[in-house]
Amino acid sequence: MSNELIEFVLVSIALLGIGIYGLAVKRNAIRMLFAVEIIVNAANLNLVAFARFMPHSGGQTLALFSIAIAAAEVAVGLALIIVAYRMYKNVDIADFRSLKG
Amino acid sequence: MTNGAPDMADALFLAISVLTIGSAIAALEMRSLVYGSIALMGTLGGVAGFYVMLDSPFVAMFQLAVYVGSIAVLILFTVMLVKRELIFKKIEDPKRKFAGIGLMLITILALGAIILDSGVKTITTDSDPVDFREIGGDFLTYYWPALILMAFILAGSVMGALVLARREDTIENEQ
Repeated sequence: MSNELIEFVLVSIALLGIGIYGLAVKRNAIRMLFAVEIIVNAANLNLVAFARFMPHSGGQTLALFSIAIAAAEVAVGLALIIVAYRMYKNVDIADFRSLKG
Repeated sequence: MTNGAPDMADALFLAISVLTIGSAIAALEMRSLVYGSIALMGTLGGVAGFYVMLDSPFVAMFQLAVYVGSIAVLILFTVMLVKRELIFKKIEDPKRKFAGIGLMLITILALGAIILDSGVKTITTDSDPVDFREIGGDFLTYYWPALILMAFILAGSVMGALVLARREDTIENEQ
């Protein structure tokens, strides 16, 4: 193993930071979904990296389940965006005000 | 990591990290949502490259099939359903941009300082990677209830997504 654990963890932290930036700044619902995907991938990368350095198959198994759950989450998220787009003719989350109740 | 001459694995790691982080920034910052989602594919593919470097080909294959294969295509199709001018319009608060950059820097610096200060830095391993046959065996023996539950969750969420996105006015329009 030529690369150390810390390098993968640092890349994962960078991805997490970029994702948080996207969630904080962007108001486009599709872009916010991109940011969520980037954060989920940072988490999965962490799982697999730690699993490699503490050899146990559990980490990879959890990462596989996490990927499957993320697929379900994206399907529902995109469906919600399409419904909201059909109602408001826009993807700007500031327009989705009537969701406040 | 060997000090001195940069070896092959280090160069590869650097290339994949530049691809991953660069296209993550591009996915959020590119003006066009179509190019943004293609850049997101770059990020997801780069993470798959990291999985290969971490000797986890099974997870890398899964990542390529699920993320780069299906999720990215799903996002592309959703982007195509959106109006043309919305694809190219950049919707963001200029005031919040600096706050967001600050939040990102605080997160990266604080977490980075904590991680660099902890014992993670010294963790190395010489052990063999986990065999992917073992993961497949785990799935079919120990984790089979979770696997079935996952199948139901996926089926339920896909059905929910279809019900949500269904147009209810099509029948009225046809009449």
